[in-house]
Amino acid sequence: MNHLGTDPAIEARGVHRIFGKGRKQVDALTDVDLTVADGEFVSLIGPSGCGKSTLLRLVADLDAATSGTITVFGKTARQARLDQEYGIAFQQSGLLPWRTVAGNVELPLKLHGVPAEVRRQRVAELLELIGLTDFAKSHPDQLSGGMQQRVAIARALAESPRLLLMDEPFGALDEITRERMQNELVRICAETGAAVLFVTHSIPEAVFLSDRVVVMSPRPGRITGVVDVRADGMVPAHDRSAGARDEEGFFRAVGEVRALLHGTPEQAVAARGVDTR
Amino acid sequence: MAQIWTRFRAVILGAVGVAAVVASWDLYKALGPEQGVLIGDTRILPRTTDLAMPHSWEMLQRFTEPVTSLAGAPDAFSTVYDASMFSLGLAARGWLIGVVVGLLLALVMSRFRIIESALLPWVVLSQTVPLIAIAPLVRRWGSAVEIGGHVWTSEDSVAVIAAYLAFFPVAVGALRGLKSPEATHLDLMRAFGIGWWRTLLTLRIPASVPYLLPALRLGAASAVIGAVVAEVSIGLKGGLGRMVIDYAVAASGDPAKPWAPIFGAVAIGLVAAGAIGLLGLALRPFRLTGVAQ
Repeated sequence: MNHLGTDPAIEARGVHRIFGKGRKQVDALTDVDLTVADGEFVSLIGPSGCGKSTLLRLVADLDAATSGTITVFGKTARQARLDQEYGIAFQQSGLLPWRTVAGNVELPLKLHGVPAEVRRQRVAELLELIGLTDFAKSHPDQLSGGMQQRVAIARALAESPRLLLMDEPFGALDEITRERMQNELVRICAETGAAVLFVTHSIPEAVFLSDRVVVMSPRPGRITGVVDVRADGMVPAHDRSAGARDEEGFFRAVGEVRALLHGTPEQAVAARGVDTR
Repeated sequence: MAQIWTRFRAVILGAVGVAAVVASWDLYKALGPEQGVLIGDTRILPRTTDLAMPHSWEMLQRFTEPVTSLAGAPDAFSTVYDASMFSLGLAARGWLIGVVVGLLLALVMSRFRIIESALLPWVVLSQTVPLIAIAPLVRRWGSAVEIGGHVWTSEDSVAVIAAYLAFFPVAVGALRGLKSPEATHLDLMRAFGIGWWRTLLTLRIPASVPYLLPALRLGAASAVIGAVVAEVSIGLKGGLGRMVIDYAVAASGDPAKPWAPIFGAVAIGLVAAGAIGLLGLALRPFRLTGVAQ
């Protein structure tokens, strides 16, 4: 099951996704090409309806592309899903309320027949990693939103995937919790070395977390530009600390992403009130 | 004192409620006009004669007296108790059949959209048919059925009719429950790469418990009503249904007597609901409907 590191984590070529037919047809994604290298952190950013979540769902094989190919570590998206090549986290934690924190984290392991003893050890490791060891026996409704989201991330990491797919995982959290979670995510990614595809609509979040920020725009959903944060003088994503938010390179990258978001011909749309923050 | 209150609050309130009903009954009997309260020719409150409204304690006392004036007649309590157990047994059989049928229907409806569209209207429609109308049909069809050496009896007919009432809330409640998981949960199960069957066991069935428990309780109440009414419609002796009819005849000479089987019916209804309450206790972890999304 080991990868030699030759195949990129994600490779999308000429991907189209069209919803509906005839007059109701919506081009959710048009001609998308994207490569995420092994161990690389890539964010997708853009206003609502730009297809960023759709792209993530295609990679996760929760949806199928109308045309084009997507490979994950050289496999088809479907095979990668069945082989548990990725872990996934959504905006809603998706924890099962009747299972304890430990029970939720071990769920994917249990479903894939990992022996109980191994499961117990792995869950202990993961709870240590997210700092919730004391809450192993709690139920999700006893946890704050940020803690629930940490449990969801631990669950996504349970099978040590080399790719994490995250669909606005911090979108429902307050700003303060959010920054703390971002710091933790950087640490967790550094420890696991996993590649990440991260969907967000927060510019600072995207820049702080990523090696590269992919900017998308709607109608039709497409990639309008890529900002390589490292080229702006930031250290690789895995090596960052909270202080990176005050660096010059951070502000430069934020400016570039903002320019790409607002400099598109879709500016008229933005002026009509689409949230582009 | 405060501790006792918090601990037994439900029990105390329940007892107060029953006492209030009994007290208002006897108060009205003592203070209300003999001919009842009339507006024009319409009587809106009943007569308060001993014939129309026996004292509450007379109704209770009646249980200790012989059921008929014949020599050697058993006391009313044991007679009503036997009849109650008989009816409860039939209701339980009906409930069990109803639950199995209801769950199976909900399962196929949740699995196949097209079956849901095709079946659900019929499920709803089934409950608009009066029991009185289906009783003779069940009896006639039943008598044509012979499974192994088992000959169809009137008791089987009663159980089937009880099941006919009980399956409905179970089918509807279980269907809602099985469809209750959110999109995120379903996406997650797909991401885990598990199929329909394991998603059912891991996600859908546990998620359906909060919907299922009220449905099972409703089904139990329906099964009790169904059994008692079906006993009347089928003409089966030995249960509360026939007893209600038989004892009503005695009302003019023995006004407390018709109340005995009514109390019996209330009692088995409570037993049935209580049994589901115990089931709910066992399934408690699954009743969590927390903020986790």
